[in-house]
Amino acid sequence: MDRISDIMGRFGGVYLLPLALAALAFVLIGAPSSWATLTVAGLAMGMMVFLMASGLSLIFGLMDVLNFGHSAFVSFGAFVAASVLAALSGWLGADNVLLNIVALTLAIIAAMSFGLAAGWFFETVIIRPVYHDHLRQILITMGALIVSEQIILAIWGGTPITVLRPQFLEGAWIIGDVSIEIYRIFAFGLGLAAFIGLYLVLNRTRLGLLVRAGVENREMVEALGFRIDRLFIGVFMVGSALAAVGGAMWAGYETLITPALGGEMMIVVFIVVIIGGLGSIEGTLLGALLVGLTANYVGFLAPKLALASNMILMTAILLWRPNGLRPAVK
Amino acid sequence: MHSKSTYGTIAVKTAVLLIAALLLFAPFLFQDVRALEVAARICIFIVLVASYDLLIGYTGIVSFAHTMFFGFGAYGAAIALRQMGPGWDAVAIGALAGVLVSLVVATGVGLLSLRVKAIFFAMITLATASVALVLASQLSQFTGGEDGITYRVPDLFKPATKLMVDETGKVARLFGVKLNGKLAAYYFVFFTSLALFLLMLRVVAAPLGSVLKAIHENEARAEAIGYRVVAYRTFVFCLSAAVASLAGTIYAVWLKYTGPDTTLSFAIMIDILLMVVIGGMGTMWGAVVGAVLMVVAQYYLRDLMGAAAEATANIPLLPDLLDPDRWLFWLGIIFILLVYFFPRGITGTIMQKGAR
Repeated sequence: MDRISDIMGRFGGVYLLPLALAALAFVLIGAPSSWATLTVAGLAMGMMVFLMASGLSLIFGLMDVLNFGHSAFVSFGAFVAASVLAALSGWLGADNVLLNIVALTLAIIAAMSFGLAAGWFFETVIIRPVYHDHLRQILITMGALIVSEQIILAIWGGTPITVLRPQFLEGAWIIGDVSIEIYRIFAFGLGLAAFIGLYLVLNRTRLGLLVRAGVENREMVEALGFRIDRLFIGVFMVGSALAAVGGAMWAGYETLITPALGGEMMIVVFIVVIIGGLGSIEGTLLGALLVGLTANYVGFLAPKLALASNMILMTAILLWRPNGLRPAVK
Repeated sequence: MHSKSTYGTIAVKTAVLLIAALLLFAPFLFQDVRALEVAARICIFIVLVASYDLLIGYTGIVSFAHTMFFGFGAYGAAIALRQMGPGWDAVAIGALAGVLVSLVVATGVGLLSLRVKAIFFAMITLATASVALVLASQLSQFTGGEDGITYRVPDLFKPATKLMVDETGKVARLFGVKLNGKLAAYYFVFFTSLALFLLMLRVVAAPLGSVLKAIHENEARAEAIGYRVVAYRTFVFCLSAAVASLAGTIYAVWLKYTGPDTTLSFAIMIDILLMVVIGGMGTMWGAVVGAVLMVVAQYYLRDLMGAAAEATANIPLLPDLLDPDRWLFWLGIIFILLVYFFPRGITGTIMQKGAR
């Protein structure tokens, strides 16, 4: 038994889980073309959820702050991006790919800057006074979530809003009898880029070293003379911005958004963070991919089970690894 | 909080007694349909909030699955009443089934969450509750889906039922109030709620209550003294789930309708949270005050906000925020300010007065 786990560990250990899941699904589904479509959809969904969840995981890991209001950033990102895209609808409809890209970039930048600003506000005004008090943190961030949802309702109204997509991301590629939506590839690419960026910053720079050290042992880093609270504001802002971008991408994926979007995604984000283990982006990526793939496979194989599939996945993983697959927080 | 006879404590207890008296005589004091609706809702939410306070205030467990248990009780009664027809046996079986399901789920969630970090508990309960909500709207052959279930309740509670008749054979009046089934239904709600509330009051006054507080204050020390924290936590989670489930059954019998919006929705969870924090965590009295204030505000504050929105109609954004539908916005802000400045809530803060 030990030898088997040793060998598994050498080949990637828990990182093999998404592959194992995909292989299992391949056998169960039986039709390679639908399997490929589902896998791409699952990976794209996983990457978008990763964008939303990575910030939450890092924030908790570094400062022991559990932000229930995180999903507010997701909703705000979605609505800000949708508004920018709607304002630039002329550019989106144009046949010019350059104009398309400019409009899309502007929308994502708008969502990101909103996330940065809102993150700063949230951290300094809402969360700063209740460090080290989990009960009040949960309550206060919950209160902030209620207020943010109401603000969204007041500004954008309760009716669903259609999100415009850039022309060049519409449609699908047909390879053989497999059809792959271009938007999904784009979402996957953006998520992967964000992951690689985060990974490099965390593992290759001095700043990242400090963040990881802070996750490991905050007091020690403080004792060595680093201002970890400033670092934390930075992490909080980046995490919020990532959530907003994730929300913007999700808005484009769903194409019809309601103010309930944040609340719906929050459950998925929590499940991902719990599965992955708090404080590590590798774990979050793993959890996000597992959740994305499971949701799509189960949705195809047994639609009735689709709702509970994430819960079952979480329960199974918690029974096996109570702290998540790849926790950074001891 | 342990001060027995500060004037603050006396003031709070007087207020609670006054509320109890008002609720007891509500049908005679406020003779309109809406007021009776408000009074019944207050009774049920006092029980629901008090049972939630057992978790959050006494033991320091944050759960977001409380409406799920409330829903189990309500749906248990609703399904039983629809399948078996109106009768007391259906109510009893529904209540029992609701409590059983609640106990099983609570034990399951409790045992699972004991293996993980305490902070996960809040997230896991939130996820579980959302699955329950989705299941209720999906399994429409059992639960009626989004539309919910309407059913008939035992004959005693029918508005046409005459509890007493006068000489002419019409329904008798006492102080101008018709002694009909509606009155019986209200007193059913009142007395069952009272019984459940007194039960919880007894629980927290017992040594068990002190152990729960000890766990809240310092978990490691409670464990070191020899109390099995894990067992106590699971027990109190099951107890509060069972009480919430019974409250759900009472609510189902009163409303004659059960749907996702009246029992399971996240909005109700937020209401409970607001009530507990506004009233004051860690005292049963807080649940009473919080529930009364919130329910009254829910029913009457919206009218006030509508008037305010009209008055400010030509100022940008303000009428949108003052819209009666936006009342949660203001409550959310009050909630945040309360958690900052008065973490003990209204009753906790008052009860501290005169302590030194």
